[in-house]
Amino acid sequence: MQLQTQTRPKVLSVLVLNDRIDAASAIQFKEQMRDLTQSAGPRVVLDLGRVQFLDSSGLGAIVAVRKLLAPDRVLELSSLTPTVEKVFRLTRMDSIFTIHPSHAVAIANGTGG
Amino acid sequence: MALAADIFPDITFRLALAADPVAVRTGLARIVASGPFAALSADHRATAEIVLAEVLNNIAEHAYSSGPGDILIQLAAIPAGLECQIADRGREMPGGSPPDGVLPQEDLPEGGFGWYLIRSLTRGLTYQRKDGQNLLHFVIPA
Repeated sequence: MQLQTQTRPKVLSVLVLNDRIDAASAIQFKEQMRDLTQSAGPRVVLDLGRVQFLDSSGLGAIVAVRKLLAPDRVLELSSLTPTVEKVFRLTRMDSIFTIHPSHAVAIANGTGG
Repeated sequence: MALAADIFPDITFRLALAADPVAVRTGLARIVASGPFAALSADHRATAEIVLAEVLNNIAEHAYSSGPGDILIQLAAIPAGLECQIADRGREMPGGSPPDGVLPQEDLPEGGFGWYLIRSLTRGLTYQRKDGQNLLHFVIPA
């Protein structure tokens, strides 16, 4: 699993460089996210623009990261590809997360916060 | 590209793989590149990959929780969609039938999505325990 971060005031951006978050990588994803977000500000934006496939283990890991960050920090998502969007929609997790159409929009939306 | 399915309308694909998450990932790449998948739309291919990932990872995690084993996958493009038969020699489904697949009711569930996705995205799902094998059969509608 390869995750790349950029820190801005109040926002930590995490770009997933792999094309899948699946049963083979879900635990590692969760652990790396835990390490990378230890000193994160109030918002963490996970950019899923390169992720072409997400299974239920990957989805469970993203939910787990959201719980790890709470209550002081919030996990938001951006740039869902069609298959990933489908998994979020079918499981109704799209109503749980703030999902931005692009990472640029996610960053711009946070200026008031 | 629907060429293979046009020439061989009854094309069937079989794949045997080890029941572990890394082999499942490699196997899914073979499946997505297979003849029966060539006949599907992009959206239908995505649906089929989601369903098969859930079925195969469930077998790896639950049926073979006590040790290694193999999974045999058989796929056929039929007019109604993609017909799938998945066989393994792991443990029988608890209670002799697959889970109902109700969407988890907790606020932030970390699991329990798998059978919900399988039930939502398939038709005519049947399960049999026969000669020490689990046989799962379903159609992913076109």
